[in-house]
Amino acid sequence: MNDQKDLLRAPFELAYTYKRSNGPVMSKFFDGLGEQKILGTKSRTGKVFAPAAEFDPDTHESLSDMIEVGPGGTIESFSWIDNPKHHHLLKKPFAFALIKLDGADTSMLHMVTNCNESDLSIGSRVTASWSKTQEKRITDIQFFNLET
Amino acid sequence: MSAEDTPKDYSESPISLEYQYTAGSATTRFLNQVREGKLVGQSCPKCKAVYVPPRGSCPRCGVATDIEVPLTDKGCIESFTVVHIPIPGNPIVPPYVCAMIRLDGTNISFLHLIQEVDIEEIRIGMRIQAVWKPKEEWAHSLENIKWFAPIDEPDIDVRTLRFQEL
Repeated sequence: MNDQKDLLRAPFELAYTYKRSNGPVMSKFFDGLGEQKILGTKSRTGKVFAPAAEFDPDTHESLSDMIEVGPGGTIESFSWIDNPKHHHLLKKPFAFALIKLDGADTSMLHMVTNCNESDLSIGSRVTASWSKTQEKRITDIQFFNLET
Repeated sequence: MSAEDTPKDYSESPISLEYQYTAGSATTRFLNQVREGKLVGQSCPKCKAVYVPPRGSCPRCGVATDIEVPLTDKGCIESFTVVHIPIPGNPIVPPYVCAMIRLDGTNISFLHLIQEVDIEEIRIGMRIQAVWKPKEEWAHSLENIKWFAPIDEPDIDVRTLRFQEL
């Protein structure tokens, strides 16, 4: 039998080259991001889902009525990342946060940075900071900053 | 199809997972021999089944398989698939054949490529032999075998490939 130290080891990468079909509703959401707009969908009962949802999970209604929300919002929940790893998009301390955008009834997962952990609390006001180039992706919002 | 179903509905969404793969002791011993151009299986002390590549235990008997069995690089096709659809990132040009290879004297098969063959001729039981890369390219990998190619020997009786009850 080999000693533990004699075992063969090698790095291994499993990668899939997916193309995602966005569908008619999410396409409008991503097109909106390309124009620096955050779009939600509004149900017949008046509930606004942001990011846009294709169906109302309570009533099962198909949603297509697009409505602009944000760019400001409030933090509903957050998790502070003090030491970002190589796979994180931000290389400085930040928080993953659920953000309820102004005009929306649901919250969106994104990042909040340029602050300390102690500056954040549930209910803190934040606003979207846009990336320099828009690619119709969720990363078109670079991150959220605390409102000053 | 509605006017909204346009090509821009698609977005690139690659996913990748990075692992540190650690071969167990059985796989390490196997690959160290593959590095030298040798195929060595392991046999179960209880049911005598020979496994290649060995995983260190017999799935039927649940006992360690520490008896090493040197093997030939000849065998037969146990099962095969002709691949016609290109897979992104795969350098092999279709059509090509993936086959489960049963080496002589073993009771389990492994997946490898079949080349140097007319696809119409491929069949279960066909005799094949490993085609090795040049020795200077050998590494700790079954890719030392470029592919398997048919040899001029009569097909084996496919009934011998059936699962043998204990």
